[in-house]
Amino acid sequence: MRESRLWFWHILSAIVIVFLLGAHMGTMHMNTILNSLGLGSADPVGSVEVFRRSASPVFLVAYIVLLGSALFHGLYGLRSMLFELSLSKSVEKTIGGLCAFAGFALFGYGTYVAIVVYRMHGVQP
Amino acid sequence: MKNRLNNRLGLGGWLGGGRYGVDRYAYAFHRLTGLGILAYFIMHIFVTGMRVGGQEEWERTMAFFNAPVFKAGEFLVFLAFIFHAVNGIRLVIVELACGIGRPHVPAYPYTNSTMRQRPFVVAVMILAALLMITGGVDFYFMLN
Repeated sequence: MRESRLWFWHILSAIVIVFLLGAHMGTMHMNTILNSLGLGSADPVGSVEVFRRSASPVFLVAYIVLLGSALFHGLYGLRSMLFELSLSKSVEKTIGGLCAFAGFALFGYGTYVAIVVYRMHGVQP
Repeated sequence: MKNRLNNRLGLGGWLGGGRYGVDRYAYAFHRLTGLGILAYFIMHIFVTGMRVGGQEEWERTMAFFNAPVFKAGEFLVFLAFIFHAVNGIRLVIVELACGIGRPHVPAYPYTNSTMRQRPFVVAVMILAALLMITGGVDFYFMLN
């Protein structure tokens, strides 16, 4: 039951990632084409653009949702691959614990950065 | 290990498609691209964390990653993402049993796999190739 529930979240996170990371990839890696069509930005990784986006509450929420979804999807995928190697129960438990720890630590760090940068540039007097 | 399946093939079992054809290689490649994207993503979290240092720190970081070797690596990640995303959408659709016909006894000539799933794989690979070409054109113009 627990594995079925995790698998369901794995698929749901994939759908979230397709939309959010798709938008991210389009903005970052198809910007020359989008810009020539009058869409997008000329320099999406330039500091002005990056800090303008970081100051937006919509981007803050989207960033945190994408961070959580991608970490869960990636680390659950890694765990599933390792579990297929016919490991002992104790090794599986250790791998599961390490993946969970890495996921929470990275999510905490990424969220901290997003909120600090949002407050630096988003909350202007 | 009682009542547990024994994966005697290990890592070779992941990568080798054997005689199972293009779908099985798409499965292996899906995993490889997934691992690559995960490794990049973890690094990306720390790189974007440089924003905490302010605009100057960010500009210094971006100047470092502006080298051609990083741009080439970035393009590889883009290609991996396109394949993983488009193939992943196909896997979700198949997982939800959409567009693959009604379940029936798997008797030769396996109409569901050859007449439905195989063309689906081919269509998905064509879509991935088109998106990769579009991204490639963008990278070409960006570098020139």
